[in-house]
Amino acid sequence: MTITEVHAPNPAAGDADRPIGYGRIQRKEDPRFVRGKGHYVDDIVLPGMLHGAILRSPVAHARLVSIDTSRALAHPGVVAVITGQDLLGLKLAWAPTLSADVQAVLVTDKVRFQGQEVAFVIAEDRYAARDALELIDVDYDVLTPVIDARHALDPGAPVIRDEIEGRTDNHIFDWEAGNAAETDAVFASADVIVKQEIVYPRSHPAPMETCGAVADFEPIEGALTLYETSQAPHAHRTLFAIVSGIPEHKIRIVSPDIGGGFGNKVGIYPGYILAVVGSIVTGRPVKWVEDRSENLMSTSFARDYIMQGEIAATKEGKILALRTNVLADHGAFNATAQPTKYPAGFFHIFTGSYDLEAAHCKVTGVYTNKAPGGVAYACSFRVTEAVLLVERMVDILARKLEMDPAELRLKNLIKPEQFPYKNKTGWEYDSGNYERALRLSMEMAGYDELRREQKEKRARGELMGIGISFFTETVGAGPRKHMDIVGLGMADGAELRIHPTGKAVVRISVQSQGQGHETTFAQIVAEEIGIPPEDIDVVHGDTDQTPFGLGTYGSRSTPVSGAAVALVARKVREKAKFIAAAMLETRPEDLEWEKGRWFVKGDPSVGKTMAEIAMGAHGTVTLPEGIDGNLDAEVTYDPPNLTFPFGAYICVVDIDPGTGHVKVRRFIAVDDCGTRINPMIIEGQVHGGLTDGVGMALMQFIEFDESGNNLGGSFMDYLIPTAMEVPNWETGFTVTPSPHHPIGAKGVGESATVGSPPAILNAVVDALAPLGVTHMDMPCTPARVWAAMQGRATPPI
Amino acid sequence: MQIPAQFDYVRASTIDNAIALLDKHGEEARVVAGGHSLLPMMKLRLARPEWLIDINDLFELDFILPEATRLRVGAMTRHSALLGSADVARLFPIVIDAERVIADPIVRNRGTIGGSLCQADPAEDLATVCDVLRAEAIVRGPGGGRILSMDEFHKGPYETSLAHNELLVEIRFPVRPRSGSAYEKVERRVGDWAVVAAGAAVSLAEDGTVDDVAIGLTAVGLDGTIDEAETVLRGQQPTEELFEEAGRLAAMASLPVADQRGPVDYKRHLADELTRRVLRRACERALAAQSTTTQEG
Ligand SMILES: Cc1cc2nc3c(=O)[nH]c(=O)nc-3n(C[C@H](O)[C@H](O)[C@H](O)COP(=O)(O)OP(=O)(O)OC[C@H]3O[C@@H](n4cnc5c(N)ncnc54)[C@H](O)[C@@H]3O)c2cc1C
Repeated sequence: MTITEVHAPNPAAGDADRPIGYGRIQRKEDPRFVRGKGHYVDDIVLPGMLHGAILRSPVAHARLVSIDTSRALAHPGVVAVITGQDLLGLKLAWAPTLSADVQAVLVTDKVRFQGQEVAFVIAEDRYAARDALELIDVDYDVLTPVIDARHALDPGAPVIRDEIEGRTDNHIFDWEAGNAAETDAVFASADVIVKQEIVYPRSHPAPMETCGAVADFEPIEGALTLYETSQAPHAHRTLFAIVSGIPEHKIRIVSPDIGGGFGNKVGIYPGYILAVVGSIVTGRPVKWVEDRSENLMSTSFARDYIMQGEIAATKEGKILALRTNVLADHGAFNATAQPTKYPAGFFHIFTGSYDLEAAHCKVTGVYTNKAPGGVAYACSFRVTEAVLLVERMVDILARKLEMDPAELRLKNLIKPEQFPYKNKTGWEYDSGNYERALRLSMEMAGYDELRREQKEKRARGELMGIGISFFTETVGAGPRKHMDIVGLGMADGAELRIHPTGKAVVRISVQSQGQGHETTFAQIVAEEIGIPPEDIDVVHGDTDQTPFGLGTYGSRSTPVSGAAVALVARKVREKAKFIAAAMLETRPEDLEWEKGRWFVKGDPSVGKTMAEIAMGAHGTVTLPEGIDGNLDAEVTYDPPNLTFPFGAYICVVDIDPGTGHVKVRRFIAVDDCGTRINPMIIEGQVHGGLTDGVGMALMQFIEFDESGNNLGGSFMDYLIPTAMEVPNWETGFTVTPSPHHPIGAKGVGESATVGSPPAILNAVVDALAPLGVTHMDMPCTPARVWAAMQGRATPPI
Repeated sequence: MQIPAQFDYVRASTIDNAIALLDKHGEEARVVAGGHSLLPMMKLRLARPEWLIDINDLFELDFILPEATRLRVGAMTRHSALLGSADVARLFPIVIDAERVIADPIVRNRGTIGGSLCQADPAEDLATVCDVLRAEAIVRGPGGGRILSMDEFHKGPYETSLAHNELLVEIRFPVRPRSGSAYEKVERRVGDWAVVAAGAAVSLAEDGTVDDVAIGLTAVGLDGTIDEAETVLRGQQPTEELFEEAGRLAAMASLPVADQRGPVDYKRHLADELTRRVLRRACERALAAQSTTTQEG
């Protein structure tokens, strides 16, 4: 089955055609967002609430000589000033990161990146708090910073983490996947080998809402309520219990509406902890919300991989092997969010969508004097970097072989009959029909016609490029036996209750930052039990109200929590059968299900709707033995494997030969995320991700100078694409359901961010091919493209 | 939320009132027009005025008035008004070229021509436009008014010759027959400041030779127009070769510095490339204007 997207008008809510279950419906959460009635952390105002502001280091590497807070404390609006010394006393100066490292909450000994937290002022209002920051006198003894990751391991390089006993260098880890010897052997006998360094520069998720928290510690009960911008409230609760010593049952984490996350809100930032400490110290609620520059300079960055790629093939274009050595810049503390076993995330899916004989990767992580974090930004735990590597290498190989890049890909894609496919680095791809997706994208693009047009344009000296990227994602982490974050297994709970009148509430652990969970999860329940989505309330984001689960990132909400929700709905449907049988005075095995109703086999007029059954369950009907008087259920879903969404993207660019300015003319995106629950939401996710991709490919880049000054600390300098930089997206899809997922769905949240940058970059390099350019690194700003046109392409870092 | 330092705020009711308030509050007072340059600087605490004198009620400074030999534009005219004006489009297409690439609609709805010129940001587009159109700035202070050429008005990056108690009230653009003008900018993204931009205005003599020409560059460290590049065109029939020569000379005159927008060699290259482009387009437009004038005459 191949379906080309039809942009049908969206059936309005209340329309008779409105699907009960999957289909294109408007988002249930949008009425409050479009009316400006969303409720975000910064909207929370508690009685007696104080405001915190963080003093940040202006330098990247420095010994802290002294801090004098007396002038700040004398400010009439200031209530308290907290320094690293105060936190040492509370054993809170350092907090565990998500990667078995620690991170300074406030500097005690040494500043390790520009923008690092030095002191916390708590004041009656946010103006006083901000003003008082200027009244804190800090004496720094500036040290030489380590900025260039390529020199982080040089002998004699300054040791950033000298607080760790016995540390003499900036090395964090070496990690390998695949088989080095086997790969070397294949390379040794290959006809063609090409090598290329490919850099994925540091970028930032830059969600519209910055990070923030309101902490409310109630001293009599010893209970903490923490409102915070979190993508993973349950994991945060456990971590807060461990860090603060407040018992976990006394902690409630609330993530209200979240204005974008993209991985930025997975970790626990010093600001959250400081708000909690502030509330404990002052006995009043404390709000802390960072500003834009603080967000860009101190919170979780993304990427920062320098990859040495090598690809081996026969001269006929059969790709044989791929190997890579990666230098990963993790900043000053290893705070990346990823399953414990995988320090490089899921980078080892760098074999991509191709059937290889051998593959090997080695990743070396290093400390530098830059902000910590990482694996943020819609990357599916580094699949983004992996896809850029393999898709650039395949294009470079195509050039070397003088083959069309589409043809080379078609020749090497994993075939439908090879699924489930075990790749050479340990993944088992669940399902796919790659060729179909690539052919559909080529058809939608008019690929041959585009190549003809390009030929004509080249003859006239015009620079037109066509770029392809084929990606395979690996999303939906767990299973819990292989995947955990700080010891918490990656499985998700779900609870469903049907009220007596047949309305429902489903409680989930994952937290939406804009993905449309309140709609999608209601539709999954609706599909399973036949109650319309508008009658199903989706509760999320409050640890007191929802079952445990690991949170929203790595496109895992639908693959993991979506499965949990489908299963819990099936459990309720099964229970409803027993209750209906009791009500109809028949045997359960004599009943048959149609959406929303159990009826007597052979006599469809005799049956009970879910609403009737719900009333029965809570009413006076005598229930069969073992059936409680409710219509509720709960499950925890531990995924047997990840899901493997994939897609074929084609990008067409025009480059101004006089200025190097790149215009993305067309972008064709064919996605396969298995079963499609709400196509409109999927399209929204794809559009957003593609726009991100344009940003990444053309402009987004956090740059540092040699002193470690962050040059991307505002939206003047850190550029985010606008509607003007993006074309009219042409989306299409194929459907290859996941065989192991209860509803066959795969994630889609990050697909487009993962898949689109290489398509754009490949198009840019293709456009520049007549000038002899074989590679350039992102971002393709006019200046960098022009340098490449002069034969002087340089890596961004 | 980025929070500025403390300041006091007052709304001026008339031009004289604004000047009196500036006079009264001294050096630490600043007028706020569209606020799109001043407020971001205040939020980053790069600017810390003690008094903000809001001149948004001075509707008498918001006008676009074509006269026989000149176009008069009030200092409080918003970017969006310039962009939407048929008179401006007819007389000075360069203004439209520039306005289309200044920031985004949100900024253009508030930002003013007066604020742009007074901010004197080296990457600011309307300064080059006013330079090449040989505009004049009308300034008022407690002692009365002054008329300044653009050379006299601009003193350097972020610096004008306005005294602290003076207000820019109007900009006047002389209208010339058989003239054309154009502006082109390279930016990393829509709404970004220029990597480099160029503007040119040309008026042709009746025989089609260049009667007068002005060339200006944005964001390459130059104030005013580029005489050495203009000289090669004056009195000549415009040709591609002369545009190239002018481009080369403009690039040589430019003094760019490397930054995140690009290195020096690239900016020099753009100075050359964009100078040629705007000259070409300005001449095309002048020729088109000439043929309309001829038809009308
Ligand atoms: C995101 C963004 C992008 C931008 N991009 C561009 C761009 O690409 N190109 C470009 O040219 N500009 C750009 N700008 C600047 C924009 O055009 C500003 O609006 C303009 O520079 C200042 O105009 P304003 O009316 O907002 O001035 P304000 O910010 O109100 O004032 C600026 C300065 O001028 C003074 N001032 C204002 N009016 C007068 C007056 N009548 N007399 C005396 N002093 C006065 C003020 O005291 C202040 O010092 C951008 C701005 C933003 C926010």
